Amino acid sequence: MSKDKMVPVPSNAIMPERDINKVPILETHHLGIDFGGLTAVDEFSITVGRTEIAGLIGPNGAGKTTVFNLLTNVYQPTRGTILLDGKSTAKKSTAQINRMGIARTFQNIRLFSNMSVIDNVRVGLHNSINQPLAASLTRLFGYRASERKSLDEAMELLVFFHMDDMANRQAGSLPYGAQRRLEIARALATRPGIILLDEPAAGMNPSETVELMENIRRIRDSFNIAVLLIEHDMNLVMNICEGICVLDHGKVIAKGSPDEIRSNPKVIEAYLGKKKGGVEGGEE
Amino acid sequence: MERIKNMSKFTRTNIECYGMVLLAFVILLPLQNAGLISYSIAGQLVPICTYIVMAVSLNLTVGFLGELSLGHAGFMSVGAFSGVIAVACLKGSAAPDWTKLLVAIIVGGILAGVAGLIVGVPVIRLRGDYLAIVTLAFGEIIKNIINCLYVGVDKNGLHFSMTSADELGLVDASPVLKGPQGATGIPKISTFTSGVLLILFTLFVVLNLINSKTGRAVTAIRDNRIAAESVGINITRYKLTAFVISAILAGMAGALYAMNFSSIAARKFDFNTSILVLVFVVLGGMGNIPGTIIATTLLYMLPELLRQFADYRMLIYAVVLIVVMIATNSERIKLFADRIRSVFRRDDDVPDAAGKGGGAK
Amino acid sequence: MTFISNLINGISLGSVYAIIALGYTMVYGIAKMLNFAHGDVIMVGAYMAFCAMSYLSLPPIAAILLAMVVCTVLGIVIEALAYKPLRKASSLAVLITAIGVSYLLQNIALLIWGSAPKSFNSVVGFDSISLFDGRLIITSETVVTVIACIVIMLGLTLFTKKTKIGKGMRAVSEDKDAAELMGINVNVTISVTFAIGSALAAIAGVLLCSAYPTLMPTTGSMPGIKAFTAAVFGGIGSIPGAMLGGILLGLIEIFSKAYISTALSDAIVFAVLIVVLLVRPTGILGKKIAEKV
Repeated sequence: MSKDKMVPVPSNAIMPERDINKVPILETHHLGIDFGGLTAVDEFSITVGRTEIAGLIGPNGAGKTTVFNLLTNVYQPTRGTILLDGKSTAKKSTAQINRMGIARTFQNIRLFSNMSVIDNVRVGLHNSINQPLAASLTRLFGYRASERKSLDEAMELLVFFHMDDMANRQAGSLPYGAQRRLEIARALATRPGIILLDEPAAGMNPSETVELMENIRRIRDSFNIAVLLIEHDMNLVMNICEGICVLDHGKVIAKGSPDEIRSNPKVIEAYLGKKKGGVEGGEE
Repeated sequence: MERIKNMSKFTRTNIECYGMVLLAFVILLPLQNAGLISYSIAGQLVPICTYIVMAVSLNLTVGFLGELSLGHAGFMSVGAFSGVIAVACLKGSAAPDWTKLLVAIIVGGILAGVAGLIVGVPVIRLRGDYLAIVTLAFGEIIKNIINCLYVGVDKNGLHFSMTSADELGLVDASPVLKGPQGATGIPKISTFTSGVLLILFTLFVVLNLINSKTGRAVTAIRDNRIAAESVGINITRYKLTAFVISAILAGMAGALYAMNFSSIAARKFDFNTSILVLVFVVLGGMGNIPGTIIATTLLYMLPELLRQFADYRMLIYAVVLIVVMIATNSERIKLFADRIRSVFRRDDDVPDAAGKGGGAK
Repeated sequence: MTFISNLINGISLGSVYAIIALGYTMVYGIAKMLNFAHGDVIMVGAYMAFCAMSYLSLPPIAAILLAMVVCTVLGIVIEALAYKPLRKASSLAVLITAIGVSYLLQNIALLIWGSAPKSFNSVVGFDSISLFDGRLIITSETVVTVIACIVIMLGLTLFTKKTKIGKGMRAVSEDKDAAELMGINVNVTISVTFAIGSALAAIAGVLLCSAYPTLMPTTGSMPGIKAFTAAVFGGIGSIPGAMLGGILLGLIEIFSKAYISTALSDAIVFAVLIVVLLVRPTGILGKKIAEKV
């Protein structure tokens, strides 16, 4: 479709100004998927700027995680296109899409739980480490250099998340918050252009959430990448997201800055209105 | 410092594995040469080596790749018979025995690898129990085909037939492989030393692999396929790599095994053999290479040690198998063991809390 | 005429496979385990019927009932002693235990009855049916086997659809935890499943040995593996699937013996299985499993 479109369509005018004149890292046009006769997501069009922190919110069952699964081709979209850095991701496998620049975390944490913390990150580094099978099998042909490189780079990432002291622990034995951080570290190891975080604050206490917000900003600033996150914690979303997209029953009902979303009557009706007491009461 | 710790864990496993095998070799070889080992045990040395290679290679598929294979004996069979045929082709040559054995092992490995590739490419996408069933089916197919296969070598080269030995049309030679009778007249050129060398080679391949980028990708697929895909790992490629390497090693083991007997038939490599090896792996510990070596040796010797119980030995074997599985896997026994342990430990609160946290999630 | 005769033989053999496959498929559906000892329960059933008829001179019907009772008890005991402690263990641990049970049954049979084959007298009392002036003979065993298979199939379908415990079984196979929360006693349900599967195995054992009258401690293994294949073929966990898979397997086996090669018939059966799984990864009537991410 519109491959070299530089200026986003008006309905997407939520990108931060610094990204406006660059090719957006992620664009979707009229994305949709049906399961049997049921339309789970329909007409989903968003644009995410290269260094934007964007939020995807909506009530339970609105189709948020389905959107992530569409973006990573875990589910093949029934309709629409996805452009990653201006290139279509149609017909690519999940693994290929990761290599093109999307990394993600999962709502129910998916670590390599029997492997060590550092090895989890090293698996993330997989495609940037050059070690042919012959080297793997014989410990020759640059084996040592490539192993050292992957250890060093993985350790750097662990230091970034203050997890270097846990490097040799088994990933499955980590406390919950650390598992979430490790999952993000592993995703970042794949050197993505955009990282998708699926409910990163779920199950965290307020102080952990504050630390997470800090981390998300640091990720954007240090790695210079975009973040798209699904989150129910309105405090977090309103605080760190620059653009927000609200999904209800598989359709986008609003897009805009946090202030716009907060005052949007549709959103209040579909989402905040219903849950207002619960959301705000829970934060106190 | 973290790195040093990280490295040292791998090195320790390596030292354990290589050390154990070399120690056994250094003790047993002089004893064997001096004729101090009973005839029945001496006859078991090459088979034990073979089954250690089989179990270690199967552990790559089951323990590290996390896929159940019920047809590992099929690859052993391919290796055994292609090795036998390869040696038959070298019959007239002046090559020393060890060269012939090496050729047999290499040919056996290559053909088993090809078989692994043929089975693996279409079916590796199947998941869980279904992949297990296909490997079972493959093992039965191989057994069935070799049972019908007649092969002979003469000065005109190799001859194949699926119907009878006469159809081979051999000139001045007798068939190597005679259908259900299997292969006969095999030179017995396998030695304990060659068996130990093959174990060391297998350990070298498998241990290197699991401590490498490829091995981490394979283990990651086992732990969480969806997450592995999400970090850009080509699932099919790494599953296939592990599966084929496992098949190659099984083929090499098969060739070594065949060269230890003067005749061998395809039914030796049936479903029960696959299961036997799987039992070694499971009892030795999935993903635990030193454990696999020990379990294979002990379990292979167990029926031998139970010989005095004659008819009851397989019965005892079965009971041991069931009891060990229940003892190592039962929830109730695990809890009981934890409680006993906590009596002797002072900080018994810590593991308890961790257990609860994991359970609640 | 030979074609029709082969067709009938195929259906007959397939019916036996189907009855065995039902046992595999029900246990898999409910306990999610591959019960490799199932084939050996068949063997025990056949030996029981053999002993009842030869040593106790019981009439065939009584012999079959005795075999069913013994196998039912055996199935429940095996489940309670060997599998129940492993309810939460890895499927591989359960599989190895099942293999241990299989070895155990075979070796107990070996100790009691020895390795020499026993020749099994058919339990069927009436003569074969001869059609078209004797050009087509339908053996009495075939008639009984096919009828037994149809009756069992209908009975099981009614049982799982209409009875309380049958509905419970379907609920457990869908979601064990949810069923438990709904007040279904999962342990009882699993025991009942093993009981039914084992009783069917006894019938299958008697029918199998009536048609192929050699009885050895290893008699059950190969039919067991094939019936298991049949269950997968039809879609493991599905009762009509087991039926369909069993019959198809019997037909493929008999037809490849008749028209291709006797020696290669097993290879052909397993090759067809692989092809079916490639085209339909969960078997012919198997449900597609959606994966939640």
